[in-house]
Amino acid sequence: MPHETAVHEHEEHGHVFVPQHRHHFETEEQQREAGSFGMWLFLLTEIMFFGGLFFAYLLFRNWYYPAFAVASNQLSVPLGGANTAILITSGFFMALGVWAAEVRKRNILVITLILTTLFGVAFLGIKYVEYHEKWEKHHIPGAHFDVSEFVNPAAHGITDEQPLSPDMAQHTQIFFFLYFAMTGMHALHMIIGVGLLFWLTWRAYRGEFSSGYVAPIENFGLYWHFVDIVWLFLFPLLYLINRHPLH
Amino acid sequence: MHISPVLWQFLIKWLHASALFPAEASTIAPWMDALYFFLLLLTVIGLVLVGSLIFGFSLCYRRSRNPVATQVEGSTLMEATWTIIPLALFLVCFVWGALLYFRIYNPPANSMNIYIVGKQWMWKAEHPGGQHEINSLHVPIGRPIQLTMISQDVFHSFSIPDFRVKREVIPGRYTTVWFNATDVGTYHLYCTQYCGTQHSGMIGEVTAMTPADYEKWAQQSTSGMSLAQNGERLFASMGCNACHNGAATARGPNLAGVYGSKLTLTNGSEVLVNEAYLRDAILNPSQHVTAGFAPIMPTYQGQISEDGLIDLVEYIKTLQTNYRVQQTQVTSQSNQAAPTTPEMVKP
Amino acid sequence: MSTAPNAISNTIVLLPDQATATIPKKNYITAEHGLLSWLLTGDHKRIAMLYLISITFFFFIGGAFAGMIRLELLTPQPDLVSSDTYNKFFTMHGIIMVFLFLVPSVPATIGNFLMPIMLGARDLAFPKINLLSWYLYLVGGVLTLAALVLGGVDTGWTFTTPLSTHYLNTHVITAAMAIFVAGFSSIFTGLNFIVTIHRMRAPGMTWFRMPLFVWSHYAASILMVLGTPVLAITLVLVALERAFGIGVFDPTKGGDPLLFQHLFWFYSHPAVYIMILPGMGVISEVISTFSRKRVFGYTAVAFSSVAIALFGFFVWAHHMFIMGVSNYSALVFSLLTMLVAVPSAIKIFNWAFTLHKGSITFETPMLYAFGFMGLFTIGGLTGVFLGSLGMDIHLTETYFIVAHFHFVMVGGMLMAFLAGVHFWWPKMTGRMYPESLSKLAAVTTFIGFNLTFLPQFILGYLGMPRRYHAYPPEFQVLNVLSTAGATVLGIGYMLPLLYLGWSLKYGEIAGNNPWQATGLEWQIQSPPLTENFTEIPIVDYEAYDYEWLEKKQKEQVTTVG
Repeated sequence: MPHETAVHEHEEHGHVFVPQHRHHFETEEQQREAGSFGMWLFLLTEIMFFGGLFFAYLLFRNWYYPAFAVASNQLSVPLGGANTAILITSGFFMALGVWAAEVRKRNILVITLILTTLFGVAFLGIKYVEYHEKWEKHHIPGAHFDVSEFVNPAAHGITDEQPLSPDMAQHTQIFFFLYFAMTGMHALHMIIGVGLLFWLTWRAYRGEFSSGYVAPIENFGLYWHFVDIVWLFLFPLLYLINRHPLH
Repeated sequence: MHISPVLWQFLIKWLHASALFPAEASTIAPWMDALYFFLLLLTVIGLVLVGSLIFGFSLCYRRSRNPVATQVEGSTLMEATWTIIPLALFLVCFVWGALLYFRIYNPPANSMNIYIVGKQWMWKAEHPGGQHEINSLHVPIGRPIQLTMISQDVFHSFSIPDFRVKREVIPGRYTTVWFNATDVGTYHLYCTQYCGTQHSGMIGEVTAMTPADYEKWAQQSTSGMSLAQNGERLFASMGCNACHNGAATARGPNLAGVYGSKLTLTNGSEVLVNEAYLRDAILNPSQHVTAGFAPIMPTYQGQISEDGLIDLVEYIKTLQTNYRVQQTQVTSQSNQAAPTTPEMVKP
Repeated sequence: MSTAPNAISNTIVLLPDQATATIPKKNYITAEHGLLSWLLTGDHKRIAMLYLISITFFFFIGGAFAGMIRLELLTPQPDLVSSDTYNKFFTMHGIIMVFLFLVPSVPATIGNFLMPIMLGARDLAFPKINLLSWYLYLVGGVLTLAALVLGGVDTGWTFTTPLSTHYLNTHVITAAMAIFVAGFSSIFTGLNFIVTIHRMRAPGMTWFRMPLFVWSHYAASILMVLGTPVLAITLVLVALERAFGIGVFDPTKGGDPLLFQHLFWFYSHPAVYIMILPGMGVISEVISTFSRKRVFGYTAVAFSSVAIALFGFFVWAHHMFIMGVSNYSALVFSLLTMLVAVPSAIKIFNWAFTLHKGSITFETPMLYAFGFMGLFTIGGLTGVFLGSLGMDIHLTETYFIVAHFHFVMVGGMLMAFLAGVHFWWPKMTGRMYPESLSKLAAVTTFIGFNLTFLPQFILGYLGMPRRYHAYPPEFQVLNVLSTAGATVLGIGYMLPLLYLGWSLKYGEIAGNNPWQATGLEWQIQSPPLTENFTEIPIVDYEAYDYEWLEKKQKEQVTTVG
């Protein structure tokens, strides 16, 4: 039985191909599904990527819990909490943007993308403030790391922390290393995301996403929400070790 | 061994004489070789089987003989067969290998302990009587020897192929392996974990001697001070006896008899005090605070070498009473030589 | 086809009449001209060719290092080069061969070229990402060469800490970054394959109608996508540790060097399955074609590929049995290692029984496939030696390991790669390679390989450690045998480079289907059009449907004249 061949869709249905259609796809639907699937797969690789850091965190937190607890108390919950709220809001605007693209409202899309970007930049700004504070207090791991605040909190005016013995105090360096590595890797992904947002906003302004072509916005939305979720794990793990807000 | 010992010896010796097989110079070596020959047999059978299938089918069904192929979908029975049989054989290898592994890495209780310190690019062996060797190891035959090993820098691996033992030597914690040498002779020892420039220079000789010869060697090679005696000096000079002085009101727990005991820590956990624990307690005291004591012991990380730690550990192992501890206090406050206890090698 | 097949000749090769045949004027090579049309292409076939050239380049560099290693090891003394240089030789050999040759070898060349065609698609899902993959590979390659030119790296390809982080002053970060970038090349290739297989199969091409080549690439792609990112983060940590001395792997600062080992091997074990699975896919295709039969137990072979991928994630610590992992974790990993060996055994038997009642011919790809089966059997079974805990104590870190992995990677994977290159050469270039010369090369390779690596098993049991620059004199005879074999092996690898290059101009015209094989790729012209198919096929028959093929040929014969 000889095999048949499909008559190409062009002639069959008089299908009009939109400008963004890539010709190796048979239909636009196939293209959109493939793009979305690809983005989900990419996010899976990102989970594995961050996973290595989370694994290291789990190991050292288990070994050096007292050091982790004390070092974590050094981080500012108000700033971290604000950042969490900012990022969630940013994600909300991104979701609005996806909706706007789907209903083909260009102006709303542009506004929501701009707001997403603004909140993302605000997040990065607060991160900078936090990092700077660590720099001032010599809590950046390396040659200039200073453990005196952990060994002798009373001398630094801290009354609600137990002093750590010197060898345990040294292990706070590992906490800060993981703090900088994990939030730094996260911030790098945010910076890339913000860069992509500038590009997408420009294209949205030019109307590229208001006539049915929503895939880039949707897929970027996936990426942005993923970066958001990573932060939602980082925040409690890094900022909220052994906090006792009620006493 | 279920194979005729005569045949076995013949095979091994012949292979060894042809420089194709290592000597069997320890009690575990024949067991290792037995597993090896079993695995080799499996491999040969497997290879012959696959080879015959390929060769046989190629001959029988070559195109000039069988121009038309018969399409065969498969056979669940065959799939099951060549799943289950290999799996069963591999599981036999697993069990056998696991038993051997547990044997090699669980030293018997009465082993003589020798410390090995590896560093780029040499091996230091330290016998309890204070004999120090570089790139060489003298052992008596017929006695279980445990090697307690640590690295001063990078990963190394201590290997004596003729004894069929090998263990990684890593920084930061002790690893152990044991053997019981059976034949007098000299054997190679190697570093088998790549460790930098002179990795292939980090080799030496193991000399297995009769117990009498070993005693003679030990007497001739001592540096004068046993490891424990060195440890005693360090115990004083590093100020350990300030807190661990054995008095009832001492700031640190009494160390007499602590080795081998079960200790309760401040966090409630129970630990067995072995060499690894003692070393860790000296370097990371805040995680090893005995129940009832304050976490005030300073860390000695960076202030003491692995050799020094070994000496201290050996010293603490010998403490049965407070007598020695108090003697160190006396010693450190006077300029007299420390008195020796009976079994120690005389200086 | 203008000549009827000879029913009882010893070859199934069927070429068009050479007097009148030509390469089709319009094909993916002639479609566009100019260097930029190649460097900015989205065509998966052109990208495959770009990869082929690149990996061949790196293969010979890696091979040169191997030659230097074997040359030095002719004598027990360290007399050819200094120890530091020797250490750089084996490090660069390992890095280049693993990351710049073996990992991309079949997937990025043959996989890229054939996957869409086998599925009935016009291209992979993401052609631009495919091109990006190649550029990332090039950047990785250039960075590796940079590390080489700047003085080399001597960490060993395994980057063991704390040696690599604190005790060497060579270009570790450059090499780590090179592999980091090359890793993303691999991730994007895998991502592309998975999406293509899920979303772009032609109408009627169900999962179980796909060629086994596709199944094995699917399994390898899962490994690429899930495993490689862990290597990436591990290399980042090594670079940070080296640059800032944090102590995450340094015990004096509370870190743990064993953490590196876990993170590194979590990728590097699946990596070996990334390397071998695509090769196994090639073997399925070749054995089937040259036996004129559907692969025996298609479903079992397909599922065993996925099983290898799955189990492969759970055995990493068998590289660490003597490193101080707990006895009980060693038990678990040894057991799982035994389990992962089973699917490979299943495949070998299924291929062997494909020969049963087949109609077998012995063209070059088939010779390579037979070589694969024999050598992979040895290599795989010696893996069982190493997975057996007690045996591993004696054999690990010796030449036994070196022999084991060269048997599976070179005797296995490289032979499969060569089988695939020869098998699909006519499709990719439109020309046949010279059969007698290629058979000679295959046999030479096989002999040279065995002579090189069989003595190394013996050396390993004797206790000769790996990565040794100098060795005790009693090991010399075996080392000399090994070097002699390496020379023969080198010749065996040079020959294909020469005659395949020659064939581009002087090889016989192949026509669409010189092997009379099934598979969608053989139903289109050689070389294919840029868009692969003029019309997307509808697939209503199973893979390896030789009965269909035979009927089609009978119809053609009876309609001639």
